[in-house]
Amino acid sequence: MLNNVIIFVLAAFVGTEILTKVPQTLHTPLMSGANAISGITVVGALVAAGMTADPWSTWIGFGALVVATINVVGGFLVTDRMLKMFGEKNASPAQADATAAAQPTNGTPE
Amino acid sequence: MKTAIVDLTYLLSAVLFIFGLKRMQSPVTARTGNALASLGMLVAIVATLFLHEILSWPMILAGVVLGGGIGVVLARSVEMTAMPELVAVFNGFGGLASALVAGAELSQYVGAARLVDSAGFGIVTAVTIALSILIGTVTFSGSVVANGKLSGWITGNPISFPGIRVITVALLIGAGGAIGVMIASADAFPKLAPPMIQSAIGLGAAALLLGILLVIPIGGADMPVVVSLLNSYSGLAAAAAGFVLDNTALIVSGTLVGAAGMILTVIMCDAMNRSLANVMLGGFGGGDGAAGGPDVPEGKTVNETSPDDTAILASYAEKVVIVPGYGLAVAQAQHAVRELADKLEEEGVEVKYAIHPVAGRMPGHMNVLLAEANVSYEKLFELDEINPEFPTADLAIVVGANDVVNPAARTDEGSPIYGMPILNVDEAETVVVIKRSLSPGYSGVPNDLFYADNTKMLFSDAKEAVAGITESVKEMQEA
Repeated sequence: MLNNVIIFVLAAFVGTEILTKVPQTLHTPLMSGANAISGITVVGALVAAGMTADPWSTWIGFGALVVATINVVGGFLVTDRMLKMFGEKNASPAQADATAAAQPTNGTPE
Repeated sequence: MKTAIVDLTYLLSAVLFIFGLKRMQSPVTARTGNALASLGMLVAIVATLFLHEILSWPMILAGVVLGGGIGVVLARSVEMTAMPELVAVFNGFGGLASALVAGAELSQYVGAARLVDSAGFGIVTAVTIALSILIGTVTFSGSVVANGKLSGWITGNPISFPGIRVITVALLIGAGGAIGVMIASADAFPKLAPPMIQSAIGLGAAALLLGILLVIPIGGADMPVVVSLLNSYSGLAAAAAGFVLDNTALIVSGTLVGAAGMILTVIMCDAMNRSLANVMLGGFGGGDGAAGGPDVPEGKTVNETSPDDTAILASYAEKVVIVPGYGLAVAQAQHAVRELADKLEEEGVEVKYAIHPVAGRMPGHMNVLLAEANVSYEKLFELDEINPEFPTADLAIVVGANDVVNPAARTDEGSPIYGMPILNVDEAETVVVIKRSLSPGYSGVPNDLFYADNTKMLFSDAKEAVAGITESVKEMQEA
């Protein structure tokens, strides 16, 4: 328990240190990216949904798994979609759309 | 040994998240940063699947396919103007997932089917589960309301009724009581399960109502603060779930997200010159404030202008600063604005964009909208960078912004918005304000900029006006 508290406090400092330097331009992608990362709860959901001994636990875990996966997959994809627009500053909108559609899903489980 | 491998893999994914977020410091590296973070997530998921005793594979597959499919559809189909709504939804899901994981953990004890981490149940576990349920559920219902206010199925006006504060306090006390019962019944649990389970369900119900009551009194235009704060909560909920599961990856990632949301909340509050408490207590402002334009005050005159005249001004300028506001997003005028900027640049005019932190509907929203219209981020300037440039600008074009350019924030100590950081457009040689009427902005404070000698008002829809100016510039080029 104490170890967890230590990790929590240190992570808070690391996060503040890194994230105050993010420019205003990237605040929206930062937020959606953070959403994807908070989908890490999926790890807990996987364990809960993977249990067979208690049906309640399995079903509640299943619900958690679905919503957490939405966050992970949706969060990373939409962040990538936005960041792509910041990268391709001179492309025509039509081109940007075409490449967005053909774009791979960045290692997210799907 | 197996636990050590899992823990080390989780550490690896936490490190990947940190590196990924660090790359968010520049638009050039941000995309690979996001890819690194998603790799971190993949590592954590694969480690969990292969190293824990996962028994029910069909269930997992179904969950991942269902959730992943919905995620892909949401991410692909969302309009950039609707990003705040989507982020609100994601915040809510994050909170819900954490609360559900805590609930599943509790019910696993009941089923005595605890296959991983065989540490016993105690007061500490009771507290962490309670916090996870509380924060997660408040985040969930609060985010649902925030989404409603942003997308319009709940009115953007602050909703309040007599006794709302009393009910909120009563719910807080009730939630505290439920947590107390959970702690008290921790020792007897899981042999004696009902008190624990009932109080956990009660806590969830109280938290659900709390989330709603905390967000409905807050005005629609304060939603950027609320969304940032709920983002922070969703991270804290994940961290709380990490305490429940004794899982380092969840604690680190959740805390990082919590920090991100908190930083954005503070930035948004500073940009509006209001404290977080002031925003959360609500009742400030009422949506768009577009209803009914007031008459021109006595002794003041309005200089009207036309798209053609503005086009002449702009074409002969050396430096033009465009100030986009919320109204530009509403009118979907970002593409029209970029076309105008392109035409002016062909004429050799230097064009810059001045972005106020609360210009959009969430932190950094205006930047995304302009990026979607293919405006280079190098032309977007933050408040501190652009303010020294207004005195040397020949023309400032204000498109659908109001409070963020109101000089009263600088000069009128009695004004409610006094002290709010604003864009000093009034220092430009000429200011053209594109706006439908003279109505005050969200704060309800009249804007003296509209009556200034160097200000010209262009009364029109933002998109039509900008398109009209562009058309005139084109004609002048061809002539």
